Amino acid sequence: MSTDGATMLTETGADAATVIRLENITKRFGAITAVNDISLNLKENEFFALLGPSGCGKTTLLRMIAGFESLNEGRILLDGKDIAPLRPNRRPINLMFQSFALFPHMSVRANVSYGLEMEGVRGSELKSRVDRILETTQLTEYASRKPDQLSGGQRQRVALARALVKEPRVLLLDEPLAALDKKLREHMQLELKRLQHEVGITFVVVTHDQEEALVMADRIALMRDGEVKQCASPAELYEHPNSRFVADFIGVMNFLDGEVSVEGVVVQGLGVLTGRSNGDTRTGDRACLAVRPERLTVAPSSAERLIHDNVLDGTLTDIAYHGQDIGLHIAVGDAGQVLISRLSAAAEGAADFKVGDTVQVGWQTQNALILPDDSKT
Amino acid sequence: MSARIPRRRDPAKLFLGGHLWLVYTFLYVPILVLMALSFNDLGLPTAWGGVSLKWYGELAQNDAVLRAALNTVIVAVVSTILATLLGTLLAFGVERRQRRNNTMEALLFAPMIIPDIVLAIALLSFFTALNFTLGLHSIIMSHVVFNIAFVCAVVRTRLRNFDFSIVEASIDLGAGEVTTFRRVTLPAIFPGVLAGGLLAFTLSVDEFIIAYFTAGAGQGSTTLPMQIYSMIRFGVTPEINAMATIVMLVSFTLVFISQRIDRKAISQ
Amino acid sequence: MYQRLRTFLFVGPGLAWLTFFMVVPCLLVFLYSFFERGVYGGIVYDFTFENFDRAFDPLYLAILLKSAKIAGLATLIALLIAYPAAYAIARAPAQRQPVYLFLVMLPFWSNYLIRTYAWIVMLNREGLINRALLDFGLVGEALPLLYNEASVVTGLVYNYVPFVILAIYSSISRLNPEIAEASEDLGAPSYKTFLRVILPLTLPGIAAGAVFVFVLSIGNFITPDLLGGGRVQMVGNLIYDQFLEARDWPFGSALSLILIGVMMCLLFAQAVAVNRSAEGTR
Repeated sequence: MSTDGATMLTETGADAATVIRLENITKRFGAITAVNDISLNLKENEFFALLGPSGCGKTTLLRMIAGFESLNEGRILLDGKDIAPLRPNRRPINLMFQSFALFPHMSVRANVSYGLEMEGVRGSELKSRVDRILETTQLTEYASRKPDQLSGGQRQRVALARALVKEPRVLLLDEPLAALDKKLREHMQLELKRLQHEVGITFVVVTHDQEEALVMADRIALMRDGEVKQCASPAELYEHPNSRFVADFIGVMNFLDGEVSVEGVVVQGLGVLTGRSNGDTRTGDRACLAVRPERLTVAPSSAERLIHDNVLDGTLTDIAYHGQDIGLHIAVGDAGQVLISRLSAAAEGAADFKVGDTVQVGWQTQNALILPDDSKT
Repeated sequence: MSARIPRRRDPAKLFLGGHLWLVYTFLYVPILVLMALSFNDLGLPTAWGGVSLKWYGELAQNDAVLRAALNTVIVAVVSTILATLLGTLLAFGVERRQRRNNTMEALLFAPMIIPDIVLAIALLSFFTALNFTLGLHSIIMSHVVFNIAFVCAVVRTRLRNFDFSIVEASIDLGAGEVTTFRRVTLPAIFPGVLAGGLLAFTLSVDEFIIAYFTAGAGQGSTTLPMQIYSMIRFGVTPEINAMATIVMLVSFTLVFISQRIDRKAISQ
Repeated sequence: MYQRLRTFLFVGPGLAWLTFFMVVPCLLVFLYSFFERGVYGGIVYDFTFENFDRAFDPLYLAILLKSAKIAGLATLIALLIAYPAAYAIARAPAQRQPVYLFLVMLPFWSNYLIRTYAWIVMLNREGLINRALLDFGLVGEALPLLYNEASVVTGLVYNYVPFVILAIYSSISRLNPEIAEASEDLGAPSYKTFLRVILPLTLPGIAAGAVFVFVLSIGNFITPDLLGGGRVQMVGNLIYDQFLEARDWPFGSALSLILIGVMMCLLFAQAVAVNRSAEGTR
């Protein structure tokens, strides 16, 4: 609550107006608390991602905003008004379903017109608004087709068009790319971002794919067990995770477990290692030192001693080839903790490493983080 | 901050729930009334003379009913065995073929939808044209016709979820066709065969019109439904309530058993 | 070759049985319908269309039409009862649905004659319903509830409604629940969601149930016989009479063919309806 409150305050700036304000939302299913006291501000015209492993409550939160789940506690304010008592069909918010949920017995045009007809839009206005959105989503030539005559990507665009044509205040997207194959998914990530810019509507996307969230979103709320662990921009999340869970979930991270001392973290068998502290840890706490693979420098033992703030000796146990770069797996210390380093395949000396080599690994204090150990909670 | 749970009174839901209970009332009241009456000492629908097993006693003395019950069991058992055998083989042959054969599908579908009365007169014409002596055996032959179709349909639904590659795996491991069928295929689909057999048995026990037309003139091959029909048609005696109660309890027990088998098959 | 032989061994015996005891007898009925009746029953092998002519003479046509009317009425009422019931079951908690369905189907598995007889007990002059009406003083004298078209329709609905519920339930439960939610999300009130989305998408279930009731009702013999008490004659009873009483087999055969013809048309129409909507749901 304290960290959420803090981020909420710092991000409710004057630069962008708040569209939706979630205040202390809690949802319980029997004994299970699916969403636990979440507060968030969704701003005008932003691309917001709810990210987290399955079962973290992100879809429940989305369905509460859409109106398909009731809340046990808290308020949902849209432009300052509480919308909790409104049924889904009375909220100026639309949801794009994970299964797309297109009406199989209606043509693309009928699917897209449906929502406007419900608002009482008729005649030429209906036609022109539908035509316009079909054009924006490049569906004009498929207007008379039925959903089963479309490809996965086209179906996704129909689902988008159907929701966007109503010009909602907020568009909610539940795992919008999960039904697509990998190639198409990468293409659609950028396509969704472009569309969001073009229509200028706040998008809230639910996803379990951190890469997807990093590519598309302006801000990400990373959730676990019904709580928001951190809410920040993609770069902030990557560079300044506030906990071990966040650091582990976003990208690849090396962890060395130990105990906080005055100088840094004391790791069994490796001594005192240094990193930045965000102030959440105190001397004597269990904590871990986290370093991104690309922040590690590796050199053969035979070479000159590295001049980094921390230098460890180890043995190369594995080399993983990824194409543009290679991953070096290095076992350090008596316990044989493995650190992963990444370096460009084109880097000087990269091709000379062999499994079994003794190497030295180094990093600067500013490139490592001391994080509270929340892995067991 | 106020805790609030928006509750919606949903009149549609109330209506649906109420309607469902009315439907159950509609379905069960006649049956329960009949069962209750079978214990009425007076045997009348209008006046209650106390609980008694009098009519069950009389039923047990009724030779015609007992004879009919025995005939029904004979017809049902024999036709079920024959139909289960032929129907299971058919299901296999049809499902293993890659291409659908429309004539075959029609032939397998026809016995399930053809009106009983039509099949009954067709079989009567057929047996008469051949100068065939009618009796229990002709009822059995006739019952096998529709039972094959039902067994086949049930087994086929089971086979549709059946992974035919395990048959190939067994052959790949060195088993012959027969061994494979006995040790791999049959155990895998046995619940389906059993369910099909139970369905066939139930249908055969209940079947009236075809039996009525193909039983011949003698009293010797009267089945239970034929007996029930004549009891209803020509003078209602309270014994029939007792018999109806017994017949229903037997069928319900069979349904319960087949449900258990089904559930087991699903959980496997 | 080997494949073929094996297929034949599997399929052969069953097919032979069906051919011998179903196809051949039905062909015989087909043939008989074009022959004449002998003076003392029996068949005279002279080709004629007279049997079909006779079937459409006003006396018999009236029976055909009345059968269709009774079957149609039973179908309509069964659908009206079954749809909301199926909908209620489909909306119940998932773990309770099998129990509700089982309770619907259970009476369906008991003997047809007995289920029909139960309604004689209910509708009799001294039956339960009349007794109740008299006791509460709602009527002065017992109503003639039995042995009319209404009692026949009641019996047909009672016997077949469980299957209609099952058919409609299975098509409702196949619906992706997100589709109904999508309609609501797009601003549709519940009744519009039902009329524009749910009803059109459950049409195959409705069609299957309707055809089932209609087909089994129009060719029914037992229900009109027992609940109509000889006063309500349907095609089934007419065919029965031609074979067992009037001993006019050719005419009975012709009636059977007409019955099958009507049924085939309906099944065909249903197949078309299902195909068309299958295009939509895939």
